[in-house]
Amino acid sequence: MKIAFTTKGIEWNSMMDPRFGRTEFIALYDEEKDELTNVDNRSIESVAHGAGPQTAQKLFDLKPDVLITGNGPGGNAGRVLAQANLKIFIGAGNMTVKEAYDAYKKGELKNSK
Amino acid sequence: MKIAIASGKGGTGKTTLSVNLASFLAESRKVVLCDLDVEEPNSGLFIKGKLIHREDKFKMIPEWEKDRCTLCGHCHKVCNFHAVIQLGDQIMVFPELCHSCYACSELCPVDALPMIPQKMGELKQFKKEELSFVESRLDIGQEQAVPLIAQTLEYLDKNFDDDFIKLYDAPPGTSCPVIEATKDADFVILITEPTPFGLHDLKLAVDTMRELKKDFGIIVNRHGIGNNDVLTYCQKENIPVLSKLLNDRRVAELYSRGNLIYQKIPEFKKQIENIADYILKLQKEGIR
Amino acid sequence: MKEIVIISGKGGTGKTSITASFAMLGGKDIVVADCDVDAADMHLLMQPDWERSEDFYSGVIAEIDQEKCIKCGKCADVCRFNAIPIIDEKYVVNTLNCEGCSYCFHVCPADAISMNEQNVGEWYISNTKADNVMVHARLGIGAENSGKLVAKVKNEAKRIADETDKQFIVVDGSPGIGCPVVSSLSGADFVVLVTEPTVSGLHDLKRVYELVKKFNIPAGCIINKADLNTKVAQQVEKFLKKEKITYIADLPYDETFTKAMTKGQTIVEYDDTNLKNIVVNSWEKIKEHTNKI
Repeated sequence: MKIAFTTKGIEWNSMMDPRFGRTEFIALYDEEKDELTNVDNRSIESVAHGAGPQTAQKLFDLKPDVLITGNGPGGNAGRVLAQANLKIFIGAGNMTVKEAYDAYKKGELKNSK
Repeated sequence: MKIAIASGKGGTGKTTLSVNLASFLAESRKVVLCDLDVEEPNSGLFIKGKLIHREDKFKMIPEWEKDRCTLCGHCHKVCNFHAVIQLGDQIMVFPELCHSCYACSELCPVDALPMIPQKMGELKQFKKEELSFVESRLDIGQEQAVPLIAQTLEYLDKNFDDDFIKLYDAPPGTSCPVIEATKDADFVILITEPTPFGLHDLKLAVDTMRELKKDFGIIVNRHGIGNNDVLTYCQKENIPVLSKLLNDRRVAELYSRGNLIYQKIPEFKKQIENIADYILKLQKEGIR
Repeated sequence: MKEIVIISGKGGTGKTSITASFAMLGGKDIVVADCDVDAADMHLLMQPDWERSEDFYSGVIAEIDQEKCIKCGKCADVCRFNAIPIIDEKYVVNTLNCEGCSYCFHVCPADAISMNEQNVGEWYISNTKADNVMVHARLGIGAENSGKLVAKVKNEAKRIADETDKQFIVVDGSPGIGCPVVSSLSGADFVVLVTEPTVSGLHDLKRVYELVKKFNIPAGCIINKADLNTKVAQQVEKFLKKEKITYIADLPYDETFTKAMTKGQTIVEYDDTNLKNIVVNSWEKIKEHTNKI
């Protein structure tokens, strides 16, 4: 399984970013390889409109199975993510990445679909 | 002749001036008033005429034709507005981000993104006694006012000949919608308030009009509140002050009910008359 | 950290005067963002020190190298914005019309067109007389993309609020319903609508609230100049009830606001009576509602 997180940093103890479209990083945990990688999304700051679809496109290219985030993607990003065969879990906005992962494993996060 | 009524700051009396001046002028001349503040059109609240025409206004957006597409990816690479993106074997279009530049559509090697119309707003034409009134209204969720303003001006050009005095109620501010609404005007009236906010935004509006090389004059609304800095500025910059409209709670009350003011307050009517004379003189002298 | 955005739809309803009062009352607990970048006025009341300024580049604009141009006219043909007129037998870019789509750049057979970033304004980080930090901006004339500058101002304010652990960001939003307002609203926790009981005020309130609803943000409303027209004021209140918008306060029609502004002051500094009380209570109410979210 590949699990994507919207985050404010690139470590396990970094905070999650509750925003989807304007998240600072996308962290990707590959469970088989036990490897945490990331994509820097901070350039999105200078985008006035269309942040959601652009971040969704970056996410799509990572081909994750699961997305864990805070508020949940907005309308446009939602439209994009509907194309990806992806489970979305929300409500992890105030956790660290590690806490969010553990919460997901315990089934404590809300499935957005 | 085309006269745009604009202001830097919002709420300084653009609409009040537009509807009163247009109605007054229409008593003796051929006049069309056009509300170009398509985000928040208000003139129609004061001119309750008979609807004689309405039409939807469209902008052109690309539509993906899956069967033709070879997934070469050229479309999303040329789109500077991130309105077209590719996800695996899917192309997605985001209409509200699209600027209708046609690049993706016409540069597609296999014509898989034909442009189709999408509604962005509606235009209505009314007639109240001798006054013609045209307003356009942007649909909520549409973010770009400029294409609708441009199409409304085209409609005006097509339907009203040069005998008409054309008055435009412009949007506030100094950015793209204002430029669009004033760029083909022969004369621009900037209306302001004699306050620090009014003066600050007036200066921006004056800079904008100078950049556009427009002839313009200033009307000070609610003369008497605030201070004299606006008048001092106009004098220093050699800008004609066409009128100083009185500050009167009765004006605000009539406005709040959607009434025309010159019909109720004689002093105000006199002031509108003077502004109308100024415009008629401009017309006679044939500016430009 | 919570974000409170003040908008009005219609101009001239007192939005900026009220927002500046909240900025005074919030003091060092808040960061202020003036997102009405088209006609940014709040600095006139907040006396910022313009500590730091930066140019703002946004979008691209076409430029034609006359040396390389072979005058084939393809660029002008494809341009949907009439931005490439022929002047003195040369193809030149009308910078006010250019939308920066780059279509001309892609079709030019002579590589004569370049797309260059545009300086469209400046943004500032200032310390104000209210003992807080304000992020504000000035947009160049006729600039495109004011939405982008709004996003920049808000993001800077957020960053500062995060770093300095502030409770609130208070945002003076833009008028209308177009792209700058959309940028002002995105990410807000609570929206304060400032309106007036006039037919236009009500009309614009309804339209801008349609937009707020799309964002799903809870809202409250201040009715300024409420005694100007009690009948329309009642219609406003009815609308608030129907839409479940929190009623915050009525303010009377009072030229004291203008007098304060003329002195470069907010109403909470200038007035010591009724008006000040209403504004102070409104701010408390807004904080309470925002904290509940």
